[in-house]
Parts: sequence; C-alpha cells; structure tokens
Amino acid sequence: MTPHAPAPAGAFLGRLPVALRGKAELAVAAGVGLLGVFVLVEASHINVPATSNGIGPTFAPTCIGVLLIVCGAWLAVDVWRGGHGDPEAGEDIDLSRRSDWLSVALVSVVFLLHAALIGPLGWPLACALLFWGVAVVLGSRRWVRDFAVSVVLAFSVYAIFNNLLGVHLPGGLLAVVL
Amino acid sequence: VDSVGLLLDGFATALTPQNLAFALLGVLLGTMVGVLPGIGPAMTVALLLPVTYGVEPVSAFIMFAGIYYGGMYGGSTTSILLNTPGESSSVMTALEGNLMAKRGRGAQALATAAVGSFVAGTLATAALVLVAPEVVKLALAFGPADYFALMVVAFVMVSTVLGSSVVRGITTLAIGLAIGLIGIDVQTGQARFTLGVPQLLDGIDVVIVAVGLFAVGEALWVASRLRRTPPEIVPVGRPWMARADWSRSWRPWLRGTVLGFPLGALPAGGAEIPTFLSYSIEKRLAGRRGRKTEFGSGAIEGVAGPEAANNAAAAGVLVPLLTLGLPTSATAAVLIAAFQQYGLQPGPLLFEQQPELVWGLVASLFIGNAMLLVINLPLAPAWTRLLQVPRPLLYAGIVMFAALGVYAVNGSAVDLVVLYVIGLLGFVMRRFGLPVAPAIIGVILGPIAEKQLRRAIAISDGDYSTLVSSPIAISQYVLAAAILLGPFIAQMVRRRRADPDVVAADEPEVFTSARK
Repeated sequence: MTPHAPAPAGAFLGRLPVALRGKAELAVAAGVGLLGVFVLVEASHINVPATSNGIGPTFAPTCIGVLLIVCGAWLAVDVWRGGHGDPEAGEDIDLSRRSDWLSVALVSVVFLLHAALIGPLGWPLACALLFWGVAVVLGSRRWVRDFAVSVVLAFSVYAIFNNLLGVHLPGGLLAVVL
Repeated sequence: VDSVGLLLDGFATALTPQNLAFALLGVLLGTMVGVLPGIGPAMTVALLLPVTYGVEPVSAFIMFAGIYYGGMYGGSTTSILLNTPGESSSVMTALEGNLMAKRGRGAQALATAAVGSFVAGTLATAALVLVAPEVVKLALAFGPADYFALMVVAFVMVSTVLGSSVVRGITTLAIGLAIGLIGIDVQTGQARFTLGVPQLLDGIDVVIVAVGLFAVGEALWVASRLRRTPPEIVPVGRPWMARADWSRSWRPWLRGTVLGFPLGALPAGGAEIPTFLSYSIEKRLAGRRGRKTEFGSGAIEGVAGPEAANNAAAAGVLVPLLTLGLPTSATAAVLIAAFQQYGLQPGPLLFEQQPELVWGLVASLFIGNAMLLVINLPLAPAWTRLLQVPRPLLYAGIVMFAALGVYAVNGSAVDLVVLYVIGLLGFVMRRFGLPVAPAIIGVILGPIAEKQLRRAIAISDGDYSTLVSSPIAISQYVLAAAILLGPFIAQMVRRRRADPDVVAADEPEVFTSARK
C-alpha cells in the first residue's frame, strides 16, 4: 500500500492536537455531513403541491440528505479508528511529493479565465490561452514552442469541429477573418 | 433465431462505406487516446464525446463501438509498457505484462493481449447477441417496483464493488445522488436545489459530471503531484508470438472469456472480479502443471487470461446497459451520457424503437474488434511513441478537450464553471481515496430510481407494500442483501475457523489498489 501522503495543510500541522494529525479526512467527513444538512434544509423549502398523491418532490431529497449525514458520521468513525483512503496512484503522480497548491490554484485561474473569455475573445483564442496556460503551469519551460503549439492546435480543432463535424463554436474576434 | 436476422440488418447498417469510415475513425481515435498515459477507457469515451455531437445517432454509436473497444485495447498497451493500469480492470494485465516487457518479451505480451482481446471480444459479442433479446423479454415484464428494486441492486453493487471500502463507496454514491436532484422535478414542476440559478433548472448534464470527475479532476490531481522525473518506458517492436506462446495463450483466452462475459453481464457485474479470478486461476493452473511457473517474473498466461476476461466483461457490461439502462462500470456510465446526449434512454424499449441503432452498434462491435486486430499489430510501435508525450502538453490537451466537450453541449460558459466545480470534487475524491465511479452512477440512476419509486407508489395509491409484492422485486432485494452482507458473513466464518486463507486474503488487496 502507498505510504501516508503529507497532509494538505502541512504548515498548520504543528498547531493541531496530536490526535488530529494525519486525519485530514475528518474534514471530508464533516463536509459530507454538512452537505447532508444543506440538502435537508433546502428540501424543506421545496413547495409541495397539495394534489400530489403518494410520494412528493421532497421525499427523495430527504432520504438523500439523511443518507449523506449517515455517511459523514460513518466516515468520521472509520477515520477515527484508523481507516484511510489511499490517494489515487497513477503513472504521472508522485505521491511522495508535497501537494503543489500553487499549481492547482493557477490551473483553476486559467480554466475560469477561459470560461470568462470565450464570450469576448471567441473560442479559438480562449482555447489557445487555456492550453498554453495549463502547459506552462504544469512546468513546461519551452514557452514559445508551446504558444505556437497551442495556437495551431486551437485553430485546427476549431476548424475540424466547426466546419467538418458540425459542432458550432463561436469564432469571436476572428470570425471575420475565418 | 430472429436476433440473427436483426444482427444481419445491423451489419447492413454498419457496412455502408460511411459507417465503416466512422467505425475506423472510432477505433483509431479510441486506441490513440486510450494509449495516452493517464487516460483510462472511461476518460477516453468522455473526452471523445464532442466528436459525435454533429453526427447522426446511428453513425455516432457505430463510432462509439470502435472507441469503446479501442480505448480498452489502448489502455492495456499502457498497462503493459508503463505498469500503470488506467482502470482497475487492467491491474491484472499490468502485473505480469510489465514483467514480461522488462524481460524483453513486451512484443509477445502486446500480441497475446491483442489477439486475446479479439478472440474474447468476438465470442462475448456473439454471446451478447444471444442473451440480450432474452433479457429484453424479461425486462418488458418489469413494473415500476421491479425497476426500483433493480436500481437498489445497482446502488449496492457500485458502492461495494467499485471502491476499496464500503463506506467510501456509499459516500460518493450519495454525493452523486444529491447532484442528480438538481433541477426541475418533472412530476410537480418544482425547482429543486437550483439556488436561483436559471441555468440549473434543467439539471446538470451527465456529460458535465462525467468529464468533470474524470478529466478535470484528474488534471487538477496531476497538477498537485506531477512527477518531475520522466517515466520509464520499455521499448518494444512489432508484436508477434512464437508457436509456444500461442499454445500457452489459447486456453487462458477461452477461460477468460467464459469468466468475463457472464460476470460482466450480471446487474452486479463489472470487469474487476473476472480479471482477478482469471489471474488467480491461471496462476494456480500454471503451478499445478509442475513446470517451473513463470508467474512473478512475467508469465504470458497472466496477460492472456485477464486481458481476455477484461474484454469479454466489457461486452458483458453492454447487456445490462442496453437492455436495462443499467451502467455497471465507469465506462458504461459515460456511454449512458452519450445516449442521453441524443435524447435516448437505453432499455428494453430502445430495442423496439431503435432497432437500427442497437443492432448497428452490435454489428460494429464485431467490425471494430476485427479492425483493432488488423490495425494494432502493425501500429503498436507508433502507439508506444505516444507514451513519451511531454506531460504538461498532455494534460493541457486533456483540459482543453474537456472544456470543449462541455462548452459544445449548450454553448454556455456557466456550464464551464459547473464543470470546474465538479472537477474540484473529483480532485478531492482522488486526494482522499474516494471512488469516482459510484458518484457518476448515482447521478445517472438517482433520478430514474426516484421516478420509478413515485410511479410505483402512485399506481398502488400510496400502498408501500407494492414495493415487495412481485417475485422479481423480492429476488432483487435478496441479491442486494447478499452483496452487502456477503463479505461480512464470509469474514465471520473465516474468523471462526481461525484459518487465514493466505491466497484469498492477500490477492484482493492488489485488485482494489487502483480505480478510476
């Protein structure tokens, strides 16, 4: 089995009580439980039409809310007793490394920027920025080559999908040129 | 007999030049994407969904038949040459396959996997042709209560089989069920869990959930722990087998097929258990023959058997998928997303309403299998070059196609934000060892289960005993209880005997250690 991965909040570990160390999964359990509470609260706000016979629109949400709370509690007990889920392994995953939160944050920024820029810039440019941004964040050092790759890739994918496969994508700024 | 006639019609559909071209394109794309490291069969299908958006349904599913088997075959190549299974069902192939490759027998490992996949895939697809119409007949007799019971079996199965621990499986299933609640309640028109966002009224598209959990989640996870050293790739030439390899392979292929198809076809199926069983049977048989066993240093039987079982199970999984609309593996769940993209719901009615599509798809499974064999033996060295793609560019490409696939569905940037949030969820699941497959199956089956339950209760005028009033439903609840309680009972019996069965206790750990 894989060794214990370093906890994500490495910097705070020293301040945590000993019993809580290596038990970051308790936060997951709490999150699942809170999601259950949220589902129950939202379910109670759903309008139930008076005419519905049998099972109304709140029945399933109530069951699932309860199930989530039970799962959260069960997971907490499991973790407390020493159970843990192994972080997923993979050929490009190095579990002995500390989590690189900066990369995760930067990939997130690049991705959300892509979502925001499709409207103003059009798909091909927004897509080229997405590809280039992720490649650079993930440690590619040949920025110029990657930029060329991303522009060529974005425009050929746009041409293939838009003109050949019948999947419409907004051309944006370059719609006039293309 | 009439299924043979329908199959011939299917071949007539699939053998038009245009559809043959789609099948070939599917096989090539499926293998190419499947070979890429870090991409298992489920993600292969998810990333290739947009390719078919503009294609008419029959041709699209003919292409998916090729993508399905191609992705599977590409995945086994990666397992053998990199020792990194993309899916839990190819863990067993990776064990002996990579050892063979390290000993310089990679060409034989790839060959026995390719030919074994072809043999098992063809036999199992033939079995699918015979079995599916019978299951359809049975399924047409299902009432809403029986369908609800079937969903319960599926929920129990996915949360216990598809993960390393029951509590983690049920937890992600519950999260998936909660995501499935979002949107307008069809029966009463009430908005549920939309948080006032109008784009959520239609619910979250299954495509977004699949692509988010598999592709974006994986990319974020890789971003957090990217290996900075280049991976070790065993060079390999064109696959071939000597006479001795053939004679050692054909029995494992057949045994793997016999294990894989029926276990894959069960509503509680999947491909993990048959590949594991095939591996341990081949290992035991090799030991019994007295000859010094090669298991542990690269035995060809250990590749031939599990790889055949994997492909036979992949065909078997299509039985509950097509006849009941029940996905029992992660890849099958993504295929359901593909059906829903065309407004189609797999199930017994699909066979009646869309015979051209169903039988064209089945015929293409045969055609795709044959194409794979012809294409992959000569192209293997070219595919293996894909293993050296620089990782930053590979994952940039994954994120790009994930975003494209989701944006192209509705042309909505809000969908991309939802995709990102679900990707974060996928990241957290990978970080804490929570299995991804139960979540996506929960999103797909949750709304169906709710609909059937409410229909059953409405028909019986509020009498809950209707849920257990048919023999079909009762037998399914018994099955669900057996799946849930079986391991606990077996554990208790074993403890009472105080006789730790070393083989049985050791090996399952191997096969639960990877999932995707």
